[in-house]
Amino acid sequence: MKYDVVIGLEVHVQIKTESKMFCSCPNRYGEEPNTLTCPVCMGYPGAMPVPNRKAIEKAVIAGLMCGCSISEYSKFDRKSYFYPDMAKNYQISQYDLPFCLEGNIKVEGKGFSGKKIQIKNIGITRIHLEEDAAKSNHYAACSGVDYNKAGIPLLEIVSEPDIASADEAYAYLTNLKEIMQYGNISSCDMEKGQMRCDVNISLKPKGRKEFGTKIELKNMNSFRAVHRAVEYEIDRQAEALDEGVTLRQETRGWNDERGETYLMRSKESAHDYRYFPEPDLMPVVFTKNDIDNFKADIPELPKAKRERFISQFNVTEYDAKVLTAEKAVADYFEKGAEHTKSPKLLANWMITDLLKEISDSGLNINEIRVTPENLAEMIEMINKKTISGKIGKTVLSEMFKTGNKPSVIVKEKGLIQDTDESSIEKYVDKAIEDNPSQAEQYRSGKKNVLQYFVGQVMKQSRGKANPQIAIKLLKEKLG
Amino acid sequence: MNKQKKTIDVDYIAGLAKLEIDESKKSRFQEEMQNIVDYVDLLSELNVENIIPTAHAAQMKNVWREDVSENDFSREVMLKNAPELFDEGTIKVPQVLPGEGTA
Repeated sequence: MKYDVVIGLEVHVQIKTESKMFCSCPNRYGEEPNTLTCPVCMGYPGAMPVPNRKAIEKAVIAGLMCGCSISEYSKFDRKSYFYPDMAKNYQISQYDLPFCLEGNIKVEGKGFSGKKIQIKNIGITRIHLEEDAAKSNHYAACSGVDYNKAGIPLLEIVSEPDIASADEAYAYLTNLKEIMQYGNISSCDMEKGQMRCDVNISLKPKGRKEFGTKIELKNMNSFRAVHRAVEYEIDRQAEALDEGVTLRQETRGWNDERGETYLMRSKESAHDYRYFPEPDLMPVVFTKNDIDNFKADIPELPKAKRERFISQFNVTEYDAKVLTAEKAVADYFEKGAEHTKSPKLLANWMITDLLKEISDSGLNINEIRVTPENLAEMIEMINKKTISGKIGKTVLSEMFKTGNKPSVIVKEKGLIQDTDESSIEKYVDKAIEDNPSQAEQYRSGKKNVLQYFVGQVMKQSRGKANPQIAIKLLKEKLG
Repeated sequence: MNKQKKTIDVDYIAGLAKLEIDESKKSRFQEEMQNIVDYVDLLSELNVENIIPTAHAAQMKNVWREDVSENDFSREVMLKNAPELFDEGTIKVPQVLPGEGTA
């Protein structure tokens, strides 16, 4: 392509707290409209905001985890605008002195499209703390407003225009989400509006210094949608520029069903937010010592965790990647690993079986009935050859259904592996007797017929025969 | 001191505030707002070099509360001033963006 793509992302993340940013209303999703409200978050005259200390701390920790420097002096400002989702007619935000400045997020590895991404640091300009607006729904003749969401602590994370492709945008978002979840800053559930993303994108002829006309993209409700919207927009803008069309600065929405962007509004007048310091709130001042204390609270980052898993538990790089993609999964694995001598086997079972059961069930790992201790107990049973791997699959799906301990399930269902040579010998004899032609094939040199006999023995023993013993006996008997 | 006079554009301010102002009142507003701005502008005559800007007279910092939630206000009370409701608890406002369906 003969154009350079210039993308900056503006990500909003709701901070996970008990209460809202400036009042004590619960910070919860999914309640009846306007039930989580009070004079502060509904903007009644004279109501005074008081900041939530936890939200400020989480904002600082989020900044530290993104490599930002933390301001020793920060303050809140009023951003004026008139819209029904903001009852005060201003949003409390931060203008010139935000909590966090100048960080970065590294992107690398295989991109969403399958192509490789060159290692690159995407700069973060700033992270500031503000209050979320109310939820408005639009109908044919009116709009409706629900203030439950108004006043939820909200981080705005602004990237530098360092992103040059849909793959890089996707990787940046994935890493950012991982950090926010690992830091317990936010659950980042996009369907619940806990993480939202606006894209600024422009094209310029390769190598030129000045940026082209910036188009803002909104309404993407998944990272995949961001990826698609960016790809679409690159093509659209390149085509327009090829034809000599002058692009106008505008805001475009993303229609996921049609797979295209559409004009929402053109920026006929520049915004004039008339920022000024919030007189109802005092500045926030941190000493170097305070900031050092915050640093001590930073949880292990995904990358460090992956490296530790590989060295501590002897799992592969792939295992470590899958196990750390979500913090809850990583925590589950570590908990289980305390109770088994074979963490690698535990990792295998989690990746191939447990995560599959979880995705089939539509639950998340915190909701399932299989505890890490019980899964580890099952791994130990396989290790000690009390049960075979095959029986393990049955036991696991039973654990998933009932939440029972594997030892109980194995006992109740009579699934203990048979390691008694004399009883396995009976199955072996029967298998050979029933299949004389296969036995002949084996003897004449077709050694892979052995697998067929193992299958027969397992079938007759209903999976309980120890395969190693069965193989040993089969080899002896078949000569 | 920079003595460039700041002039008030009533139409622009009204636009930002989403207000429609009667043509006959514009000159009065122009005069009143201009007086306010000129008055505040007197401050620019002061020498503020080496003075750290502040938004507060009281030198306080880190005034915050612990993260505890409570819900003291019933929806009925909170919605008493709402101009109109639908579905019992949603506030009805003039249409902001095009949408579909009925409320």
